[in-house]
Amino acid sequence: MIRILLAGQGGQGVLSAGRFLAESGLHEGREVSYLPAYGPEMRGGTANCAVIISDEEIASPLCTVPDVLIALNSPSFHKFAPRVKKGGIIIVNGSISDSFAGRDDVSVYDIPANDIAIEAGDVRAANMVVTGALVALTGVVQERSILNCLREKFVGKQNVYTNNERAFRLGMQAVQNK
Amino acid sequence: MSKILLHGTEAICEGAIRNGCRAFFGYPITPQNEVPEYMSVKMPEVGGVFVQAESEVAAINMVYGAAGAGTRAMTSSSSPGVSLKQEGISYIACARIPCVVVNVMRAGPGLGGIQPAQGDYFQATKGGGHGDYHLIVLAPSSVQEACDFTYRAFDLADKYRVPAMILADGMIGQLMEPVELPPMRDLSEIPEKEWATSGHYGKERRVLNSLIIKPEELEPHVNELQKTYDEIYKNERRALSYMTEDAEIVLTAYGTPARIVKSAVNELRRQGVKAGCIRPITLYPFPDDAYAACAVRDCTKAFLSVELSLGQMVEDVKLAVNGKKPVYFYGRTGGNVPDEEEIVRAALESLKKAEAN
Repeated sequence: MIRILLAGQGGQGVLSAGRFLAESGLHEGREVSYLPAYGPEMRGGTANCAVIISDEEIASPLCTVPDVLIALNSPSFHKFAPRVKKGGIIIVNGSISDSFAGRDDVSVYDIPANDIAIEAGDVRAANMVVTGALVALTGVVQERSILNCLREKFVGKQNVYTNNERAFRLGMQAVQNK
Repeated sequence: MSKILLHGTEAICEGAIRNGCRAFFGYPITPQNEVPEYMSVKMPEVGGVFVQAESEVAAINMVYGAAGAGTRAMTSSSSPGVSLKQEGISYIACARIPCVVVNVMRAGPGLGGIQPAQGDYFQATKGGGHGDYHLIVLAPSSVQEACDFTYRAFDLADKYRVPAMILADGMIGQLMEPVELPPMRDLSEIPEKEWATSGHYGKERRVLNSLIIKPEELEPHVNELQKTYDEIYKNERRALSYMTEDAEIVLTAYGTPARIVKSAVNELRRQGVKAGCIRPITLYPFPDDAYAACAVRDCTKAFLSVELSLGQMVEDVKLAVNGKKPVYFYGRTGGNVPDEEEIVRAALESLKKAEAN
């Protein structure tokens, strides 16, 4: 079982990335749950979601102690970093956040997600950069499952799909080079 | 049949539509807005009716009318909105019209907050509006159950001519999980309602009414309702017990907290503490038999009710345990959800208290 907490600012695609992960897990025949938490505002507030992917039945859908934290901005990095399980992984958007978690029992991957997304063609694909990093690091779901979800989501919007796919692959490479 | 990923709110809608719901009346309120949103798209597709009413009061009275005409009808709201519906629900219960009311509970009292809570247990299970009546109350704990229980609620409501309620918390509303949807039921398979005011067309005159002025007529009517509730109590109590056979501490919770409780039970077992849990599926009728079965076991030392309230279901647990064992309570409010660790701590404390007695 892997518990993933994705957090950031409303509008950064935190919830979309969580849904792609959950959908991918489902397509691979695993048990999944996706629990979003966000304020009343569409953009600008805080947003996070807990995604659990498991081979067994999922009892609690909460993610109080995540195995992996994906933080897309600085406030969510500092808020949730202390909660990550010992030995866990933190992927932080280094473009707009520092990466000092103040603990040495977790692996922190500083990924400049916004910069990489711009390089891929669309800053809005920063969520896919960190998703790529997550997949490369943990193999929690297969690469092609995520790409299938993207294809389904952006059907008829070929260039949006291309940018997102590129962002995802660059995210994978970003951790493979480390 | 393959599974699809759905929100709890969407699963509620699918459960309703697939069991013949063809009229939905609602008014927006967080955290259940996805229900009317989904219904506004789906209802026209299946030849049903969707109305965004001018208020919750209007919506429940539209259900009164549509369900009275024999249509399977539903309304949905969240705590403050369900309070507004209570007058209509009482009328519907008195007139013996089956329908389904969904309450995706948020934190109260008052306008409260928009995060998950379970503060409406008393309102849902003890009547809610004025007068002697009950609803059949089902409490889903997963997205699959949100679908299945809503499906079943329509059959139960029709069978007993009693309105049914789906009592979910905000977390079930937002949670996404894989769901296997039941097949779409053909409307012709749903038994005809011999009492429905569906137009004269040469039939005998039918009246649905909740105004019964004469005491000598109202008393037998209310007694007849009570007889139905007694029958429901006899036939429909449901609960799931998990590892209670040898449990020293029996935890209990409904809805999403029940899942966190289950995780806590697993953790307690890992620590060598014999824990188990009971999850009521029907809140009315309350599955007192599941608790009574544990209460008479020598191994059971105490019960602990975990709720997103200040202690409501715990009263029914105490009635069911009937003084045989101590019953303790742990709850959070305001939209906060206890985590596994908190519940483990509360369980260990309860066990200590029971052993000190």
